[in-house]
Amino acid sequence: MPDRERILHRIRSGLGRHIDQPPPPPPPPRLMVPPMDSEQCIELLLANFPGESFRAGSLADAREQVSRIIAGRSAIASAAPVLLDAGITSLPGVQSGFTDPVALRDVAANSEVGISSADYALADPGALVLLSSSREDRLISLLPTIHIAVVPSRVVISGLDELFTVLPDPAEVSSSMVFIAGPSKTGDIEMKLTLGVHGPREIYLVIV
Amino acid sequence: MSASFHEKIHVALSDLTLQKTIRTSTQRFIEKRRDVVAPEVLPDYQELRTHANQLKQHTLENLDYYLERLESKVQERGGKVLWCADGESATRAVVSIAKEKGIKIAVKAKSMLSEEIGLNEALEKNGLEPVETDLGEFILQLAGERPYHIVAPALHKSRHDVGELFAEKLGMERSDDPPVLTAEARRVLRAKFLQAGMGISGANFVVAESGAVVLVENEGNIRLTTSLPRVHIAIAGIEKLIPRATDLAVFLKLLGRSATGQPLTSYTSFLAGARRPGEISGPEEFYLLLLDNGRTRILADDEKRQTLYCIRCGACSNVCPVYRRVGGHTYPGAYSGPIGAILTPQFHGAGHEPALPFASSLCGACAEVCPVKIDIPRMLLTLRQETKKVTARELPTRVEKLGFRIWSWVMRNPRLFEQLGFLSKAVLPAPSDGQWIKSLPGPLSEWTGHRDFPPPAQQSFRELWRARRRAGANSANAAVRGNVADGNRNERRIGSRTDHA
Repeated sequence: MPDRERILHRIRSGLGRHIDQPPPPPPPPRLMVPPMDSEQCIELLLANFPGESFRAGSLADAREQVSRIIAGRSAIASAAPVLLDAGITSLPGVQSGFTDPVALRDVAANSEVGISSADYALADPGALVLLSSSREDRLISLLPTIHIAVVPSRVVISGLDELFTVLPDPAEVSSSMVFIAGPSKTGDIEMKLTLGVHGPREIYLVIV
Repeated sequence: MSASFHEKIHVALSDLTLQKTIRTSTQRFIEKRRDVVAPEVLPDYQELRTHANQLKQHTLENLDYYLERLESKVQERGGKVLWCADGESATRAVVSIAKEKGIKIAVKAKSMLSEEIGLNEALEKNGLEPVETDLGEFILQLAGERPYHIVAPALHKSRHDVGELFAEKLGMERSDDPPVLTAEARRVLRAKFLQAGMGISGANFVVAESGAVVLVENEGNIRLTTSLPRVHIAIAGIEKLIPRATDLAVFLKLLGRSATGQPLTSYTSFLAGARRPGEISGPEEFYLLLLDNGRTRILADDEKRQTLYCIRCGACSNVCPVYRRVGGHTYPGAYSGPIGAILTPQFHGAGHEPALPFASSLCGACAEVCPVKIDIPRMLLTLRQETKKVTARELPTRVEKLGFRIWSWVMRNPRLFEQLGFLSKAVLPAPSDGQWIKSLPGPLSEWTGHRDFPPPAQQSFRELWRARRRAGANSANAAVRGNVADGNRNERRIGSRTDHA
């Protein structure tokens, strides 16, 4: 018997179930969205974010903030609408607009700063939610040593429960969803906190 | 096996530096966890545990249904499910994909399952280069050791150990500075990431209705492993399934907190197949390997099924008074600590590791911290019974049998019991400040060779009871109350005696 049939057979005989027997309904999802308005969510996110966070009054202000953090270092930016609208993709030293995976990988691996947006930002615990797409590549927030996220204020939500309420199945939207809730870090040597072990050692958040 | 378990205990106990390291590390884990599950921070912690327990129970009781749902979802997105009945079938499947695609280097993200099936050894034997990329696992691969702790694999290594190891194996200048050592690992591993044709990850959760795997980490090596190579293979035990993505709202709140005391780890990846049209980076092919390797046998057992609820957070090891003394390498197999003590004997059949279910004081700390509410102490007791039934070698000797017969006879004769109590008070050394007796004569020395014996109380429970009944209702109450502490000690002593019997 092939392994697939053997395993399923063992399971069914162990549980006393027959082929195609439907299961009873699973326990209902446990999603409790706290009653918070957008402003409260933003305030909480600014307090909880595990890196430096700023609030930009305008797109021009966001561009200014990002330019200041880059400080002349090499950078790669995603093609997220907010980055294009704010003119961040055209800042000096910033490369963007890649469609070829090899070219993107090489530039991301050799850039000091990676600039992305986020599809959602969670107030508690403070975290970014990035869905991989043609405009938001997964390597930009990963390969460089510094990550800056520029996030429109409308995507800031209360937390995990609200995220799974508005996006019950992320697999329908993207092959990859990642939560970023801190810099890359390790405590594997004597539990001493060390940053930037494989990914960025610094993360910044700019809310527009 | 059991003999070597006992030998290893003594090795661990006599290493004072190691004792200190284990104690400090687990203590930090305990404190960090306690802070983030405190009622003021997470008021619904107990409800989350109950809900997680119910979700696991439901999924496992209908596992065939969810596995088939999962398979069809993975296939819908062009992925492939590899069903593997045992470790050998699993390693063969991975090796054959690597060979078929002409892959030489496989980067690996921390996976307990990979340890369980000896994947690295199998890859090496077939001329492939497996590279562990989690810093702790990378250190252990260089040292040729297995993980010490489910969450912190290199917990037992000091910075000096790592400095020496890196100097010898990587040819770097000797340093004892964790940031310098970490930077060197980043440099070496980044090059491997960019060369590797295959990325092998585990899975913390497998979401049936999404056809997705969920991975939590702090370093970013899992993201690299699952994003850079052109082939991604996720390996998971069949018990890792959860029904829906929405259920993560429960599990993710528990896992990080229980494992490392973090509300959410730095990175959580939800991966549903290979790169899709339009997406630029990401693997071109996705495989999900589902392993049985003894799990269906555990599943078939109504009582022990809950062993499979485990989400591998390691919290039970941190609080376990046995793990905290004997350390991770003393446990046979890939899984250490209380969960290892119930998992390993079940994987290999009762009697294979006869000492394991007994390596516990049954204090219950593990059950108290378990985020999915596995009743580990009860599992241990059941496994003790099963072990005793199958291990002929450890059947009671004639002396033991005689001893138990005398014991049951004494217990059925109150007067005799009491007289023996008097006798023991006369024979045993007088209790000075409640000090425990360190050695007993004759055949009883066997017992005190491994543990101390509690001293007899000044007054037995029966004496106290009679005093209470004799005394007038009011006049003597105060005096009796003063003796209650003594009486309690007496009761506890009786309890501990039967435990050991």
